[in-house]
Amino acid sequence: MRYELDFSALADYWPDFLHGAIVTLQLTAIATVLGMAIGTLCAIGSRSKRRWLSRAVGIYVEIVRNTPFLIQIFFLYFGLASAGIRLPVFTAAVIAMVFNVAAYCSEIIRAGMDTVHPGQIEAAQSLGMSTPTIYWDVILRPAIERVYPALTGQFVLMMLSSSVASQISTEELTAVANNVQSFTFRSFETFVAIAPMYLALAGLLKLGFWLFGLVAFPRRRRLGTAL
Amino acid sequence: MDIVFNWSYFGYLLYGAMWTLVLSALAFVLGGAAGFLVMLARTARSRLIRQISLVYVEVIQGTPLLVLLFIAYFGLGIFGIEVPPLVAAALSLMINASAFLGEIWKGCVEAVPRTQREAAECLALTRWQAFVDVILPQAARIATPPTVGFMVQMLKNTSLASVVGFVELTRAAQVINNSTIQPFLVFGIAGAMYFILCYPLTAWSRSLERTLNVGRR
Repeated sequence: MRYELDFSALADYWPDFLHGAIVTLQLTAIATVLGMAIGTLCAIGSRSKRRWLSRAVGIYVEIVRNTPFLIQIFFLYFGLASAGIRLPVFTAAVIAMVFNVAAYCSEIIRAGMDTVHPGQIEAAQSLGMSTPTIYWDVILRPAIERVYPALTGQFVLMMLSSSVASQISTEELTAVANNVQSFTFRSFETFVAIAPMYLALAGLLKLGFWLFGLVAFPRRRRLGTAL
Repeated sequence: MDIVFNWSYFGYLLYGAMWTLVLSALAFVLGGAAGFLVMLARTARSRLIRQISLVYVEVIQGTPLLVLLFIAYFGLGIFGIEVPPLVAAALSLMINASAFLGEIWKGCVEAVPRTQREAAECLALTRWQAFVDVILPQAARIATPPTVGFMVQMLKNTSLASVVGFVELTRAAQVINNSTIQPFLVFGIAGAMYFILCYPLTAWSRSLERTLNVGRR
């Protein structure tokens, strides 16, 4: 049997694909901001002198890093549904993504914080800086500046794994493709078509992070490298 | 009548876990072999080969594994044969792993000090001899921790094979949940099984990293 590739059937569905791509970007944007915030808090917590706190963060990070995202999403979505809490699929996907990416962020940011020399912190203390100021200006900002490439890499990976949210029928790009292929019976073509869309999204995301880095880390821009 | 989780279900989960392991091993062996070729291409002397392999790596790393899996599944189906989900899953995992491992290993090969290659050249070793006898053993040492780390990633990635109906741990959990409707319990146990499989690798990777850093200091 000869199979004729036919992409023309997909052309009618471009608004759906566009909508799916936008949902993917929305998921990514929310998960990036919240994941970064929670990840930073976890990183601070994991370095805390309070044993129970650093232990708790450690357990959370290990659980997330050693179980598949698909299981996490099922556990959360179907689990909460069985407990009578019916989350909209978009919210469930966002929560799962934040839960997942925050753990990775926490590890990356902690690695950055560990590179800050204790002498710097002591110097800041002897200048009478308050603890929040020290944390923000002396520890966190240089730390994040140093691990910024690793962080952005993690967020791009998260955008790609948002495709897994299609399994709880969040209407993002992969779920749209699933619908389109069931209308057109052009399964292979449909998924071949969304691969470059994801590539474009990944490129867009990297560009966005690069631009943000230019604005957020002027020192890095001037020196060409993190301090 | 409610169907509750019992030991026979637990056995089914274990059966699924076995297939998760088989698929992971398959992905690692195939992906490792392909990744080695990608690494060779990424460090090749010819600029064209380097550029082509860079595009390959960028494309694969910029495409979700789930989409690769669907492409493999439906793409193989085009040839008119009924594709066993295992083949599609192994193929897509292999392609995914080849790009990531190739890039990791390329970094490790380049991390070997240049002087080593120059010394090999002075001893009149051919390029291939220098690579196999001088560069590779040193690169392998550097490469072990990130490779073990990536194995955890691959093990977790096999869960996506459930989507095309391959019965591994995640699929088994879904099947059981469909009849018992105890998602917290069922996915909790499945998650714990993944954890038991992954955590030793994570810990091993971490301790390898520590030893390597001590050696370097």
